[in-house]
Amino acid sequence: MTPTPISWYLTLSAMLFAIGVAGVVVRRNIIVIFMAIELMLNAVNLTFVAFARALGTMDGQVIVFFVMTVAAAEAAVGLAIIIALFRTRETTNADELATLKW
Amino acid sequence: MNPVLFLLLALLTLTAALTVVLHPKPVHSACALVVTLFVLSVFFVALDAQLIGVLQIVVYAGAIVVLLLFVIMLLNLQMESHAFGPGWVVAAAVGGGLMLAAVLVSQVWWAPGGAGPAVSAEFGYPKEVAQLLFTTYLLPFELTSVLLLVAIVGAVALTKKGLQ
Repeated sequence: MTPTPISWYLTLSAMLFAIGVAGVVVRRNIIVIFMAIELMLNAVNLTFVAFARALGTMDGQVIVFFVMTVAAAEAAVGLAIIIALFRTRETTNADELATLKW
Repeated sequence: MNPVLFLLLALLTLTAALTVVLHPKPVHSACALVVTLFVLSVFFVALDAQLIGVLQIVVYAGAIVVLLLFVIMLLNLQMESHAFGPGWVVAAAVGGGLMLAAVLVSQVWWAPGGAGPAVSAEFGYPKEVAQLLFTTYLLPFELTSVLLLVAIVGAVALTKKGLQ
């Protein structure tokens, strides 16, 4: 039985990343946009781990460790911002939170 | 990992990821996100990243998604009337997403190396990753502790009432 080639993992991660990008564009709820960003981060993590395996070094796995730390910090601060926004504006729709846009 | 098993799990991952993006109820999106993250941790273990696979479940599925669900329920978000942008935005996003996927896949599909070189049995174990973390990557590792502290203080300060 031959093992799965690394390029298959990279292909899967490319598709996941594209789904995340499309999700950020189409969805209007900032919490779902946030989930799509997490999806993109995870796609990149899969790429890092796949390349770490392909090159036989563990540096990629250490980078994934850092990405996870940053994602956790991002989740804490991002959700705090969402709660603060909801308190003042009573909405989580990105179209109604466009004061900083133009 | 067996290629057939990989294809089945990849199909599950992509379905769950599409559910995250397409389901109009945020709670269902979050549950689909958990499925995606769990299957990704299986891939991590299959790629000899055991520590990262466990961390994926603990940090992402355990902490981040629970935090997300907590906020969704706190804000009492139900089915949305306009979950998606206008039609042309959806069309542009689908087209752009397909193009992005096509470009990325065309670049990585021919990546050489097969299944990668043979590695020692301890590849990806906590001891090996920690050795790298405490030697080569010591400074970034210490800086993440500062980042986490700032994030904690920032999150508390942001949600504090009457702090305008």
